[in-house]
Amino acid sequence: MIVPFSHVLILAGLLFLMGMVCMVVRRSLIMILLGVEIMLNAAAIILVGSSLLWQEMEGQSIVLFIFAIAGAEVSVGLALIVWAYRQTGSVDPRDFNLLK
Amino acid sequence: MTVYSIIFYFLALLILGSTAMAISRRNLIHAVIYLIFSFFGSAMLFYLFGAPFLAVLEVIIYAGAIMVLFLFIVIMMKLRTDEERLFPLKQWVPAAIFGIVYIAIGIGVVISDPSSRITLKTALANPGIFGQYIFEKQWLSIEIVSLLLLVALIGALILGKRSTKNPAAKASEGEL
Repeated sequence: MIVPFSHVLILAGLLFLMGMVCMVVRRSLIMILLGVEIMLNAAAIILVGSSLLWQEMEGQSIVLFIFAIAGAEVSVGLALIVWAYRQTGSVDPRDFNLLK
Repeated sequence: MTVYSIIFYFLALLILGSTAMAISRRNLIHAVIYLIFSFFGSAMLFYLFGAPFLAVLEVIIYAGAIMVLFLFIVIMMKLRTDEERLFPLKQWVPAAIFGIVYIAIGIGVVISDPSSRITLKTALANPGIFGQYIFEKQWLSIEIVSLLLLVALIGALILGKRSTKNPAAKASEGEL
């Protein structure tokens, strides 16, 4: 007996909201990418919890794929940030409104 | 209240606290290191939920590889993070109101759902059985994910290479 499932849902929801706040509020490309990581982690927590609730292993296998997707996203995202930094010398999203 | 629930609430506090510290730090290195603590907490939560293999992967991939990659990028760039300013109050208030309404409705929905009141039972997914399950039932997804990782590798290589390959073109762009 650990806890009711709703507590896991609330924990993951708050974590997801924190990631969203980090992504929207911070004005730095690196913090935006960190916000995406926090949100993916919240999704992973909820999947492991539901995998325990139904005593099935599907949730855990999806978490494995979330790890792979997080790795791919971070490698491409950080390469893009480095590329953008070389172009303009800044990681502020306001400096990249090239289409304006 | 069993010892498992005490551990769960302690870990939840640890995760939420360190994540809140991480998203509010102005220094990016401090933010990344607080987030490493948060991911260690998540790894212990996975272990509590009976997924020891995923706990190990969380420490190796998230806390080990991804966060160290972030740390390297932050260290290599000369960033002026002190200039970062928050939004004016006029934009803050409506956003905060919508966020609080979202939290209230979300918690209400979760609590009113009868199936979420089921108490979790402790169980353990043995890493060997988990691996057997993955490669018997989910082999196609494994192949797709490996292709995705290959695409990401090639994309990162191309993105990292382009600006060093043609410095002449960049110089001429600067002249234009």
